[in-house]
Amino acid sequence: MMWLFLRKQKHLIDYTLSSLLRRMGKSLGLLAVYTLIVFMLASVTLFTHALRKEAGLMLQASPEIIVQRMQAGRHALIPADYLQRIGRLRGVTQKEGRLWGYYYDPAVKANYTIMTAGQVAAPLTEIIIGTGIARARGLAVGDYLTLRSQNGEAFSFEIAALLDEKSELVSADLLLMSPQVFRRLFNVPEGFYTDLVLSVRNPREVRKVVEKLTLLLPDTRPILREEVLRTYDSVFSWRQGILFVLLTGSILAFVSFAWDKASGLSAEERREIGILKAVGWETADVMRMKFWEGMIISLSAFMIGYLAAYAHVFYASASLFEPVLKGWAVLYPQFRLTPFVDGLQLATLLFFTVLPYIVATIIPIWRTSITDPDAVMR
Amino acid sequence: MLIQLTDIKKVFNQGRPNEFWAIQGVSLDFEPNRVSCLKGASGSGKTTLLSMIGCLSRPTSGRIQLGERMISSLPERFLTDVRRHTFGFIFQRFNLIPGLSVLENIMLPAYPLGLPYKRLVATALHLLEQFNLSTKADNPVEWLSGGEAQRVAICRALINDPQILIADEPTANLDSKLSHEFMGLIDELCQSGKTILITSHDPEVFDSAVVDRVVEMHDGVVLT
Repeated sequence: MMWLFLRKQKHLIDYTLSSLLRRMGKSLGLLAVYTLIVFMLASVTLFTHALRKEAGLMLQASPEIIVQRMQAGRHALIPADYLQRIGRLRGVTQKEGRLWGYYYDPAVKANYTIMTAGQVAAPLTEIIIGTGIARARGLAVGDYLTLRSQNGEAFSFEIAALLDEKSELVSADLLLMSPQVFRRLFNVPEGFYTDLVLSVRNPREVRKVVEKLTLLLPDTRPILREEVLRTYDSVFSWRQGILFVLLTGSILAFVSFAWDKASGLSAEERREIGILKAVGWETADVMRMKFWEGMIISLSAFMIGYLAAYAHVFYASASLFEPVLKGWAVLYPQFRLTPFVDGLQLATLLFFTVLPYIVATIIPIWRTSITDPDAVMR
Repeated sequence: MLIQLTDIKKVFNQGRPNEFWAIQGVSLDFEPNRVSCLKGASGSGKTTLLSMIGCLSRPTSGRIQLGERMISSLPERFLTDVRRHTFGFIFQRFNLIPGLSVLENIMLPAYPLGLPYKRLVATALHLLEQFNLSTKADNPVEWLSGGEAQRVAICRALINDPQILIADEPTANLDSKLSHEFMGLIDELCQSGKTILITSHDPEVFDSAVVDRVVEMHDGVVLT
């Protein structure tokens, strides 16, 4: 019985394949458009998902809490004695002040993020730069870069090293220098930091630490790592959403095209269904045949589109969607994302691309195939 | 297998302004292993009657009995089963599916039966040999002449070894020589135990010695 069923399905698939070959132009056209849509949707979802994951992994090493001082609702420099005022908070394993800021470089019309790294770039005349800056300015190790301070004073730095390309997602526009030079460049007085960072060993204690901090330092705003992660998440979701909106037009065009091509039965196709029924095919056989046709086209398109998207995102750095998905920056990071496929995401994409197509093809076929085949006799 | 029609009526567009009574109370019996021909002008209802006998459509009222089995009231699924195992159809325009090979066209009615592919091919090739078409097995059907296409249509009608063969205006697209040859084939099939029902308004068919019985129809009723 099982063999009979399987053989029947095989015959139906054989017939379906020969039908597709008979309508080669139409089938290839449909497959190409379908593949393109899957490719675009899969590229966006794969890219944003991998980016979120990457950002999450990188932020894992960042401190649990950032403390910023607020003045008139804006971020202000924080006095170093706040570190003493925090004192020994239960659960806080480490606390330190950070110096960082943004520098606009008119030469490349880009903003650099400048941070201090005492041990890494100790000498006063040396800096370490991200690979994005190096590319934009055509710099290499040993070259010099001149920056102007707030009062117009020029500082010339020798490039001591380039930051690791692996961290380019977050370090493309990064420039590391000594704290002393940073203070002179941005006119930050001694005894002040840009913000403070606290490390908390037990993640469950983070909220409690924040509560205490708010009471202890009412003019500060503690920012949790999970909040930063959430912001990243929503930024990527927002960008993904924008792309989806942009793609909606093409998706709708595809849906109407697919509907027309797959279900808009021509007189020839209706006649063929009539012949099949007249020679002994059941309505269910005709529908099974059309189901296989839908499966062959949609699954082929899905697989080709998804694999192409995988290669596009993880081996070609999603070059087509780069400007929208990576952000609006002059110094685009060049990086390779770690290949990552989420089962749920794959299933969702499959559900929203394959299923509607199969349903769209089956219903009109069913309508045609339940009619009496006697028209064929005429 | 005896075919009995009792007071068959068929109306199209019932209750609408363009209501049309195609068959108006036909009662007929068709003997097994005979060649019967429904004769009549275009629009006389012979194709409609044949399509109801062949389970391609249902009568509006009346009964169709196939041997002991009442088929006019069967649900669609069983009707298909009867159609598949009992009838073979030869259509006026042959209705072969273009783009498929001769062999594929012949095997088409047998696909839903789930028979082993090798057996299907062997049966189809045997039929092609019987009808002198073995060399055409792999040709697309578009390459066939009218006579060859009709013989392929006969092979297709015979692939499931039906007891009853229904041919609707089978010689309409053939010249007189081919029509004559066709009637020869019909004779052979009848000799082999098949019941043949033909519709035609071609004298080459209804005047043929091969035909055992001629039923004349006019405006949906049987004249003789």
